Amino acid sequence: MTKEMTILSGKGGTGKTSVTACFAVLAKNAVLTDCDVDAPDLHLLLKPKIMETQEFKASRVAVIDSDTCVQCKKCEEHCRFGAIANQVVDPILCEGCGVCVYVCPVAAIKLEKRVSGQAFISKTKYGLMSHALLNPGEENSGKLVALVRKNAKKIAEKNNCDLIINDGPPGIGCPVIASVGGVDVGIIVVEPTLSGIHDMKRALELLGYFKIPALVCVNKHNLNEQNTSDIVEFCEANNVEVVGKIPFDSIVTKAMVEGKPVIEYAPDSKVSQEIKKMYKKIHTVIL
Amino acid sequence: MITTVASGKGGTGKTTVAVNLALSLENVQLLDCDVEEPNSHILLHPKITQTKPVYSNVPVISEDLCIHCGKCAEFCEFNALFIAPKATMVFPELCHSCGGCMLVCPKDAITEKQRQIGVIKSGKANKIETSYGELNVGEAMAVPLIKAVKNEMKPNKNVILDAPPGTACSLVSSVHRTDYCILVTEPTPFGLHDLKITVQVLKDLKVPMGVVINRAGLGDRKVYDYCKKENIPILMEIPFSKEIAELYSRGVPFVTKMPEWKNRFQEMLKTIQRCQK
Repeated sequence: MTKEMTILSGKGGTGKTSVTACFAVLAKNAVLTDCDVDAPDLHLLLKPKIMETQEFKASRVAVIDSDTCVQCKKCEEHCRFGAIANQVVDPILCEGCGVCVYVCPVAAIKLEKRVSGQAFISKTKYGLMSHALLNPGEENSGKLVALVRKNAKKIAEKNNCDLIINDGPPGIGCPVIASVGGVDVGIIVVEPTLSGIHDMKRALELLGYFKIPALVCVNKHNLNEQNTSDIVEFCEANNVEVVGKIPFDSIVTKAMVEGKPVIEYAPDSKVSQEIKKMYKKIHTVIL
Repeated sequence: MITTVASGKGGTGKTTVAVNLALSLENVQLLDCDVEEPNSHILLHPKITQTKPVYSNVPVISEDLCIHCGKCAEFCEFNALFIAPKATMVFPELCHSCGGCMLVCPKDAITEKQRQIGVIKSGKANKIETSYGELNVGEAMAVPLIKAVKNEMKPNKNVILDAPPGTACSLVSSVHRTDYCILVTEPTPFGLHDLKITVQVLKDLKVPMGVVINRAGLGDRKVYDYCKKENIPILMEIPFSKEIAELYSRGVPFVTKMPEWKNRFQEMLKTIQRCQK
């Protein structure tokens, strides 16, 4: 059975992608995904070569034919999103529900599909990768995440890979829910700031809500040792294992600038050593 | 004037900029639109005086009247309704509350009920009025709650909107119909990559923008080159500093300890206002 882990954080910018890229290097037979489809960054470190591209068409938008329209304003009255004004649809507010199409007495409105993004299957030096790019400002990121994971499962099965590693998006809403549903473990990367702790607690609640086992990794632990020990204490009290404590080191940014996973750029650094130890622990938890 | 603070990439310092800007100005209202992970209150410590539940409407099927014709499920664009042989099922977390199912039901078997999706908390921190949304854990759709937070807006104030990370619908609904957008980025490849996508969103929305570079000195110069090429003004640079990072970690906005920055934030707003004219 293929196992699946998702790296998440609640708060953005805590180091999810830098950690995931290192896991990609350490994993021997894994499929890698970037489930952050609207601000993806993992490809900047893993440098995938795209083998397959799929168009992602999920959302629709209402279009009014002004020649047919009799300006009865029924569509405006019924639209709950305030998306129609003076017989013009604001595509940003339109959710593509089709109510206007239904109420129009002269069939002047239709829903048009729009391409909302692309999904990719790629090859990297570290294994196969499933990723995507949502068009700027689009909806349905959750559905695109679901497609990324479906593609990952397919290629994992075909190539007998025993693990899927998902780099998750920030937050706890729709794309995060789509990234964690049914995975074997969620790894929360937290920074020792009050915001980081607040957001970690909500991410832990989310994993609990979906009954997904959780592990915690503290990144930049020496930024505030007091907060770090508060995190450890909180996790202990809630039966969540803290699998790693990564120190702050500007080498991580340097590796990013070079476009390399830090574990490859500086294998002997303390950061890399700690990530290696952490990966071993996670491995024993899920396999 | 309504100013949004956004970023694309998470953790670049949106909330830091939004809160420190708010603390530097008079007559301010700060709205935290990151309803999944609201953080501005951690820095502002407002006294919350009002907590309002926010609801979305979802359909209720009267099984006495329903004939399982399937018209509602066929109409629903969001797959929130499912017709089993003997029952019609509703998946409330998929529902967008468009009301279409009620319109198409030939037997008037559908009514609506309210379902709570989160709360809005409002209060004051010294002179700053603030509201933030808190999405219930497990709830997928942030946009209805973001819209509800924006409904708290007081147009006679200097409104600052703290946007969520990302470049999808949550960002769009936050920044839509606001006057200016401050993009906070860090001078790294990740920061630049996500900045570019966000700039595209703002261009599509026709919202004027400027960039604040946080953790300046870290990373490389490519963000600067990009802004120059695209003609996007760099409004401010906040240096990479252990002191600022440490203050943030304890929930302390840095202008309270480094008051000389207040002037810079005021100047930044003046620059923005000049761009508006």
